Amino acid sequence: MKKRKMYFRMITASLMRRRSRMLVALLAIMIGATILSGLVTIYYDVPRQMGAQFRSYGANMIFMAAEEDFTEQDVEQGLSYIHAEELVGVAPYRYESVRIHERSIMAAGTDMEGAKKSSPFWSVSGEWPSQSGELMVGAGVAETFRLRVGDKVTVTYTPETEQEEAALDDTLDFTVTGILDTGGSEEEYIYMSLEDMEELTGQDTVLDICELSISTDSDSLSDYAAQISEHVPGINARLVKRVTQSETTVLGKLQALVLLVTIVVLALTMICVATTMTAVVAERRKEIGLRKALGASNGSIIMEFMGEGLMLGGIGGLLGSVLGFVFAQAVSVSVFNSSISFRVLLLPVTVIVSVIVTGVACLLPIRSATNVDPALVLKGE
Amino acid sequence: MSLLELKNVSKIYGELHALDHVSLNVEKGEWVAIMGPSGSGKSTMMNIIGCMDKPTEGEVLLDGMDLAKESAKSLTTIRRDKIGLIFQQFHLVSYLTALENVMVAQYYHSIPDEKEAMEALERVGLADRAKHLPSQLSGGEQQRVCVARALINYPEIILADEPTGNLDEANEEIVVELFRKLHEEGTTLIVVTHDPEVAEVAQRTLVLRNGRLDHETINENFTGHIKLN
Repeated sequence: MKKRKMYFRMITASLMRRRSRMLVALLAIMIGATILSGLVTIYYDVPRQMGAQFRSYGANMIFMAAEEDFTEQDVEQGLSYIHAEELVGVAPYRYESVRIHERSIMAAGTDMEGAKKSSPFWSVSGEWPSQSGELMVGAGVAETFRLRVGDKVTVTYTPETEQEEAALDDTLDFTVTGILDTGGSEEEYIYMSLEDMEELTGQDTVLDICELSISTDSDSLSDYAAQISEHVPGINARLVKRVTQSETTVLGKLQALVLLVTIVVLALTMICVATTMTAVVAERRKEIGLRKALGASNGSIIMEFMGEGLMLGGIGGLLGSVLGFVFAQAVSVSVFNSSISFRVLLLPVTVIVSVIVTGVACLLPIRSATNVDPALVLKGE
Repeated sequence: MSLLELKNVSKIYGELHALDHVSLNVEKGEWVAIMGPSGSGKSTMMNIIGCMDKPTEGEVLLDGMDLAKESAKSLTTIRRDKIGLIFQQFHLVSYLTALENVMVAQYYHSIPDEKEAMEALERVGLADRAKHLPSQLSGGEQQRVCVARALINYPEIILADEPTGNLDEANEEIVVELFRKLHEEGTTLIVVTHDPEVAEVAQRTLVLRNGRLDHETINENFTGHIKLN
């Protein structure tokens, strides 16, 4: 039999046949690894989860015209710089001054589906317009004109020059499908599709602004904005600082908290393992003395106890990384109401960290083990 | 040249002379018993002969090497290679089987050999108990495992500290019989005991008192067989 095989036979026997004592150490490592793995999963998942939450506060980037106006082609070009999976919603807007019952109001032409996603906090009574001829009116407009869902309304485009006026069919009939309630200035607008706006004004669609909701961190957002502004001539991309800054602040604090808790848990695990290993060494002083009396060198004693510790660390880390995922999943479901995916890389990382933490925790107790006098076994205690 | 030679060996702890100028020769293949009351210096002598302690004064020559001049690391190697230890309290590793306990001594000495360890257990009549843990063995059986462990590496000397101190008469007889066989095979035995019956079976008995060698008895009728009352 090779020495290595006997070595593993001895440390496995020690772990398996001294279960009650080793279970305490294993439990400590496993709990530490569980919390470590769980918190790291949450640490990396919080930006995604919180990002999704923050997206309900509206757009965090806007495209504005670099000069006068820009087109949907410019938007497409700009979007090519953003990772598709991070793009939550894109709402291009074209604003024109129109008249209802001879009173001027602002009309916004937009992509309703995009607006729905980039402004999820908008509260609509009735339905969002889904086809040509349907109109959503702000609550302020509805009150001014006493409009309700289902009412018919004629919108007249007011051209800015005499020449334009002559060229236009300047009225279009709409059915009000929804009334928008935001508590903000959006309530003073009416909303129609970009196609209806084009038909009403008789002009090809040019955009005044495009709102984007992107699920990523503020650094990436800044990078996107810089790249788009640099490479797409028609667009000046800007961040909505109110949203991105608060998102960054909250995320930063949450991640710092998670990091702090992780460090504290690791330290507590180390203390617990060190305490258990100290007790293990104390109760095995005679065995250590015997091994030394049989000719074990200090190196052999260190190897055997370290082997036991590291094996415990590995098993605890393995179990902990799986339990950590369950823990993180439970937290994610209860707090963010969404599940998380298992990070395979976290498995070896947790095992390695657990092994290192256990190894460090074992250093002092094992050092004391090498000081045991082999003559102890001859004293007949 | 004697296998073991103690020349004016003293061990002094502060004011206490645990060993006081003791001289002793043990020849290869000899069976020596050491007796004496508590505090007479038996344990101190065992520690020094067993390479677990160094004398304050004097020389301890084992196979020509002066143990007093060796480093702790070197003493560990000498103990591993030349000495087989048997203890009163057996001192088996509680979570290893009888067979594994024997193999532990091989592990530290050279290469573990399960077959050879099994043969050692057969020699002490415990082949059928090889897979048992110490807690599943009687005191006598545990001491026999201890004997198997001590002889597995073919040591120059077997050093036994009160080997029958915790055994009943039947098991005492079995263990002494094992010593007799080892002696016949040429193994040098040094047995520390309180029991005159165990001491009487040795070729020579040394009696220590207050750290000094009080007297020495030669067993003229040496047979190696224990005569129980």
